[in-house]
Amino acid sequence: MKYLLLMYASESMFPPPEEIQADVPAWHALLQETKEAGVLISTNGLAPGTNATTVRIREGRTMLTDGPFAETHEQLGGYFLLDCKDLDEAIRWAEKIPTVKYGSIEVRPLWSPGS
Amino acid sequence: MTAAEQIEKIFRAEHGRVLAALISQFEDFDLAEDSLQDALVNALERWETDGIPRNPGAWLTTAAKRRAIDRVRRSTTLERSLVTLDPQISQDEPEMDDSQLPDDRLKLMFTCCHPSLAPEAQVALTLHTLGGLTTPEIARAFLVSEPTMAQRLARARAKIRNAGIPYRVPPIDLLPGRLDALLAVIYLIFNEGYVATSGDSLTRQELSREAIRQCRILVDLLPGEAETSGLLALMLLHDSRRETRLSPTGELVLLEEQDRTLWDSSKIQEGIIILDSAIALHAPGPYQVQAAISALHAEAPTAEATDWRQIAALYTTLATMTPSVVVEVNRAVAVAMAFGPQTGLDILLQLESQAEGFYPYHAARADLLRRTNQREAASDAYKRALELCGNRAERAYLQRRLDEMIDL
Repeated sequence: MKYLLLMYASESMFPPPEEIQADVPAWHALLQETKEAGVLISTNGLAPGTNATTVRIREGRTMLTDGPFAETHEQLGGYFLLDCKDLDEAIRWAEKIPTVKYGSIEVRPLWSPGS
Repeated sequence: MTAAEQIEKIFRAEHGRVLAALISQFEDFDLAEDSLQDALVNALERWETDGIPRNPGAWLTTAAKRRAIDRVRRSTTLERSLVTLDPQISQDEPEMDDSQLPDDRLKLMFTCCHPSLAPEAQVALTLHTLGGLTTPEIARAFLVSEPTMAQRLARARAKIRNAGIPYRVPPIDLLPGRLDALLAVIYLIFNEGYVATSGDSLTRQELSREAIRQCRILVDLLPGEAETSGLLALMLLHDSRRETRLSPTGELVLLEEQDRTLWDSSKIQEGIIILDSAIALHAPGPYQVQAAISALHAEAPTAEATDWRQIAALYTTLATMTPSVVVEVNRAVAVAMAFGPQTGLDILLQLESQAEGFYPYHAARADLLRRTNQREAASDAYKRALELCGNRAERAYLQRRLDEMIDL
């Protein structure tokens, strides 16, 4: 079985930088352990939610919203990790995912230094 | 005009073009902005003593490029060192001519108005980067604190960078949608300066003027787009009545009661010429239709001479292009003027369920009831409109009408 472990946290309740820094060895240890155990397929952090764009198509029209605004009753149903030239290209792919017509696709850049 | 005022005017006029050129070269929004800020500070000192250079845009660009290179050299972060330097710029580079400056403002407009940014962020970014308005000026215009506005701008810039919003004119298949978004932002800026009555009136006027200026640039840079010209015509025609739409005490004055001799005839003429050129492109759209309605008002020598039948027909067209309660209420008023108040009231009656919480609906109904002498019903409608309306000038108008209904 493959499992997707989703890391949820409230950005406004992040611990202070020292505490985050103190966790760095724990992150490294976890990466090492999961690799050695042969269970790790892929892991990544995401850029803060303020960089997200939500894509929906309703009545044939693409609607973009600033931010991660899935409806509260919407459940995460899957993901694509794509390497795109820019946000417009990522949106084009998002528009082709069939669930975009009734659900929403959150386009979120991966975490990178400075984001 | 003092030297300082003249310099400020040049800064405003050149800001967008210089910044756009810098972003093109350095591919870094923040670096471009910071370097331009440095150059502006530098220019303020130098120009006040040495006088304004012959090619201020080129002067600012050259100065900002040097500052950018200094910043890159001083910076030790990995991110900054990735910027490719243009080896051709040196300290003793001869002064460029303004005509040699590339015009990348279109790219900047489309980036600032990318639909993945929140509408209020698009508006603030456009005013800041293209209009050269300062953060405190924009904060004042939108009645938010300076830190709030600064944060809004910083967040939007961070998203442009982190989310990979492209810096380019959108490809042809995306262009129509993106141009619509761009025009919507320009019109939003205009209306913020035209309709709202709270806040500093000078700042407000500045917003409308800036929206018109940006739209003119857009017409120049992306010619042949009928709706862009339509929007420019619409704004000019509205703006021609800026001085007469409020009474000295700040009460809204209806079109039919405005002093038409005070309308700005040069703006009306220009608006009509631009509208005609837009219509000649045979690509009708809602801005052109609204401009045509505005033109019919502008061309009528007296309120009584207004061609209401034509206006009613145009609202019907507009309703098919952009169906909404707002358009329907306006259509009802135009129909009432053309064919009698009862016909208008009949249209309004059909809107009741969708429009109950919308004050213009009640205001329009109240006016038509007043015209048909149904005073009690009119009073109730004015009261309901007053409950729902937050705009000071419109409230003053509604209150006066309500008082008249009760006094009589």
